[in-house]
Amino acid sequence: MKITGAQAIIKALEHAGVEVVFGHPGGAILPAYDPIIDSPIRHVLARHEQGAGHMAEGYAQATGRVGVAMATSGPGGTNLVTAIADAHMDSVPLVAITGQVATAAVGGDAFQEADLTGITMPITKHNEMVTSPERIPGAVAEAFHIAATGRPGPVLLDLPKDVLNSTAEFVYPERVHLPGYKPTVRGHGKMVRQAAQEILSARRPVIYAGGGVIKAGAHDELRQLAELLDLPVVTTLMARGAFPDSHPLCLGMPGMHGHWTAITAMQSSDLLIALGSRFDDRVTGELATFAPEARVVHVDIDPAEIGKNRLVDVPIVGDCRVVAGQILEALREALHGEASKPDLAPWWEQLRAWQGAHPLRFEQPADGPLKPQTVMRALAERFAHMDGIVVTGVGQHQMWASQHIRYERPRTWINSGGLGTMGFCVPAAIGAKVGRPEATVVAVDGDGSFQMTLQELATARIEQIPVVFCVINNGALGMVRQWQELFYQQRYSQIDLSYDCPDLRKLAEAYGCIGLRCERPEDVEGTLDKAFGVGEVPVLVDFRVDQTEKVFPMVPAGGSNDHVIESAAEWYEQAAAGAKGGAGEPGGAGLPEHMREGKNAV
Amino acid sequence: MAKHTLSVLVEDKPGVLARVAGLFSRRGFNIDSLAVGPTEVNGVSRMTIVVDAAAQSLEQVTKQLNKLVHILKIVELDAELAVERELALIKVSAEAGQRGEIIEITDVFRAKVVDVDADALSVEVTGTPDKLEAMIRLLSPYGIRELVRSGMIAVSRGSKSITEGRTLRLERSA
Repeated sequence: MKITGAQAIIKALEHAGVEVVFGHPGGAILPAYDPIIDSPIRHVLARHEQGAGHMAEGYAQATGRVGVAMATSGPGGTNLVTAIADAHMDSVPLVAITGQVATAAVGGDAFQEADLTGITMPITKHNEMVTSPERIPGAVAEAFHIAATGRPGPVLLDLPKDVLNSTAEFVYPERVHLPGYKPTVRGHGKMVRQAAQEILSARRPVIYAGGGVIKAGAHDELRQLAELLDLPVVTTLMARGAFPDSHPLCLGMPGMHGHWTAITAMQSSDLLIALGSRFDDRVTGELATFAPEARVVHVDIDPAEIGKNRLVDVPIVGDCRVVAGQILEALREALHGEASKPDLAPWWEQLRAWQGAHPLRFEQPADGPLKPQTVMRALAERFAHMDGIVVTGVGQHQMWASQHIRYERPRTWINSGGLGTMGFCVPAAIGAKVGRPEATVVAVDGDGSFQMTLQELATARIEQIPVVFCVINNGALGMVRQWQELFYQQRYSQIDLSYDCPDLRKLAEAYGCIGLRCERPEDVEGTLDKAFGVGEVPVLVDFRVDQTEKVFPMVPAGGSNDHVIESAAEWYEQAAAGAKGGAGEPGGAGLPEHMREGKNAV
Repeated sequence: MAKHTLSVLVEDKPGVLARVAGLFSRRGFNIDSLAVGPTEVNGVSRMTIVVDAAAQSLEQVTKQLNKLVHILKIVELDAELAVERELALIKVSAEAGQRGEIIEITDVFRAKVVDVDADALSVEVTGTPDKLEAMIRLLSPYGIRELVRSGMIAVSRGSKSITEGRTLRLERSA
């Protein structure tokens, strides 16, 4: 029996195992919104397509399944662009479905026409404009296969309206045939054995775990690998929860705002075992001075990541879980034979000394103002005892939430790492809660980030998705303020957001959510009791925190990881002595000439 | 920096040229020349791309290219071990008295006169890019009115075919 392209797209999504679509209807995609009424697939109506995109991302990251976002042609699709780019940078499996003007009108500047496959070419793993209804099931099957396998990523399918309206037989392919797409899963045997040898002969090894560990579900293998030889582990911003923070072998997060010991362990290491990480500039700082004595074993499913930023001694292309398993096996074999476990006691002595000397520091004056870290510590306390997921936006609050909350399991920490998308939090938290309704989803957002997508509170309320939104309100674009204070001689430019506009409590109430406010340290616990006690409806807490608080430790962008600044006082001291300042971008090109090296003393 | 010749087998799908060209430009590479056409395999096109790049960045761009779903295979052809050819059509000014000289040059380069008008000749020449450069140099004093070059194509020497092997399970038409 022939069915319409519109029926075919919904049916194909059902075949692909989709349980929920996040979207927003409109002209060209209208045909697809009719059969969705009769489909078991749940549709969550976002208030903005960007919201739908981030919801699908949050869903995908919370569950490990492919997130689906749907939008109409033209502006619907362009509004999805930020979320698609975000998914591309963070390797989030996402299928975006967009309407398109009728095939005959394509290229003629028709109403709500935009070249969506052209626009999203650089930010998708793959995309396709589907030009016949017969092709729909195959295109959907391929899209899900490409999005979910290998290095995951976003795939966009663009569906012209006439294709949705014409009919064809529905044949969903049992297997996809993609001759140009064959991700390598198993690591090369010789390289694996070489990696094992490197690990056995290293004296200052560090496992540098990245987001790929979570994507591959390699957390058990990672743990076994670390425990076999007592290897220290750092987890990047994308890998928080890949290895338990409470584990004695865990050193925390490396990078620009990482834990001092994690950063310094990598710097001093003689072997970095990179698992699903990509030597991102936020981790390495100045590349030339990054981990200068380290040999590198790099495991990644994307061959293009290997050797991209850092030359590698042992490259292994493959799935993190499979390769970590292979390395484990090779190590056990070697230990069974001649090899003995390396003596890492001196290394651990050093690491423990560093941990003792360089804890995370902040001060909470008893009489206020409320410090954001106080809120994080209180959240951490509760988080330790619940099946919870923390979702953040982008900025200072994101760093504090990563630093101060302890993540014990994979997929309990969701954020926008690569693209750094402000506005990610609210919709991504909604998506995460839809994917894991039994979990407590805590959305930790900043007041700046929050205002970019706050309209999705309506989605949360009406779709009954009870997220606890904690807005760390410092009345400013805090991270920008921090950079301007430290690197631009306190010349503050365009950072004032005001604590009161909007009144977040009233705003929450206007959306039918519970609105709370907390301004004093002694009220934090009570406020959180109330917030977590609600359960049925979304809650928004306006935590009014000290605007001048900054995120430390900090390696100024483009600076060397040898110089980790642990407090504002330390920075001002160094700056007064003419220390090298932040540079903003990889390569140190972010600051104007007169502000560079030695010229940013305050 | 050095010139490299990449033979890229691609699925013949809409937009594949844009994908390849876009990838080069957004990763900061300049394409010297790009020629594309069908192969002996149904549905498979072959691009010959000449790119100026350092070895390490060439490796990076090759890996990025390989990630494109419609790319089937990439082979870097070593100039020593490949036959490289380019075709040029050159419209050169030729007053009646100069025709003889131009035709002489054409013969030396084993080129062909493909069109004649009262004051111009069009010449077709095939060869390595170096040979084409040499001929263009000799013709330029007469006044080159139009120059069209196909971009280089290349094939490896010997009997081995890059479309063979397990990476390409596509129906052969030839």
